[in-house]
Amino acid sequence: MFDINSYHKANSVDEAIALLSQNPDAIPMAGGTDILVRLHGHNKKFSHLVDIHNVIELQNVTIENDGTIVIGSGMTFTGLAHSSVIRENIPVLNEGGSSVGGPQVRNVATVGGNICNGAPSGDSASPLLVLNATVELKGPDGVRHLPLYEFYQGPGQVDRKDGEIMTCLRIAPGDYKGWSAYYYKYAMREAMDIATIGCAAACKVENGKIAGLRLGFTVAGPTPLRCWRTEEKASGMGANEELLDMVENSVLSDLRPRDSWRAAKDFREQIIKTLAKRVLREALKRNTEME
Amino acid sequence: MIRTISSTVNSKPVTWRIDVRMSLAEVLRTNGFTSVKEGCGVGECGACAVLIDDVTVDSCLFLAIWADGCNIRTAEGESRGGELSEVQQAYLDSGAVQCGFCTPGLVMSSTEFVEKHRGEKVSREKIRKEHAGHICRCTGYEGIIRAVEQCMKPYEKHKSTDS
Repeated sequence: MFDINSYHKANSVDEAIALLSQNPDAIPMAGGTDILVRLHGHNKKFSHLVDIHNVIELQNVTIENDGTIVIGSGMTFTGLAHSSVIRENIPVLNEGGSSVGGPQVRNVATVGGNICNGAPSGDSASPLLVLNATVELKGPDGVRHLPLYEFYQGPGQVDRKDGEIMTCLRIAPGDYKGWSAYYYKYAMREAMDIATIGCAAACKVENGKIAGLRLGFTVAGPTPLRCWRTEEKASGMGANEELLDMVENSVLSDLRPRDSWRAAKDFREQIIKTLAKRVLREALKRNTEME
Repeated sequence: MIRTISSTVNSKPVTWRIDVRMSLAEVLRTNGFTSVKEGCGVGECGACAVLIDDVTVDSCLFLAIWADGCNIRTAEGESRGGELSEVQQAYLDSGAVQCGFCTPGLVMSSTEFVEKHRGEKVSREKIRKEHAGHICRCTGYEGIIRAVEQCMKPYEKHKSTDS
């Protein structure tokens, strides 16, 4: 039996918000593939739950009239892989999502949970960072929106206030139309592993020059990170080898990898530099193919 | 924290009083469905895999209450009238079973795979990727992949004679 102290089941977002407000110690649980593992370990932080597993209104992907893609936080990774909106417009999200756990986990685990648990390694995080995703939260005081990179506050910490539920992730048309992107997860095994380093790159090329470049890394700092300095330096540069060399040499200045039992810091740095170049090259190649 | 759930298990309706703190694996095993094995408890080994509405999940990381109203399939229900299912038979034919602890879970993933991809030509890579949520420490996986290939073959042939 799981070490659950209190349990409330919500059938709608509003009910979940009310239950979370009445139970300040409670956290929302959707797929449970992270939280139930913590509960096996008797982690008290996760022992008061509001169950949002069956909140159907969180489980869809839609595209608004202006082209904004709205990804319900309760979408499973398998659901995302089947969504034509995701496959046709932002396949990079599935490149990340399809590397989460194994098939049974992806059938249950949700994108909202992957983000809200604040893991520095979340496989959907770096694709969503380079898509400039906005987080939508709904709570007792209404709805608020903030960029995903601001939502992350530290390892295991996100800016979800008491009583709030992440309802969806939004991607504006200007953040994916004309852009191409690629994600690669470097891990010790080809399946069922946590990323040693995850890297996503997105780029927009106009007349052979970089009109926009974004790099997102996981496990390269206390939270998933964007590479702001490198991205700024790349703006206006030609889409060529010189750009790739600049990115390779600059990217570490944006990141803070560390030693852990999974990998040493200098090894991670080596992987970061290699991936930055390799992943960006692939993203650029896709941009050429698009034209 | 007691609730009542009504589901079907291997096509038979059941109504169970459960504690919301129980995993589906625990409830199934308590009720005699001991093909469901709890191995790692963290979603890596797949020994507890069952089908919920024809989708594989790790039942050890799945609250029993979530199965309310669902159709659950376990390895017990795959053989009918003493006859093994095609997937079970293929496992036997290709030597995909040694100690057997991982087998019921793997059989369920293979069953989902074969039902989902019926008539398609599938690569070994695809078979491997869709069975990646299971750990087998005996067989080296080769026999398991051959078993799935054996199940896919008649359908491929069937499709080519159709067209």
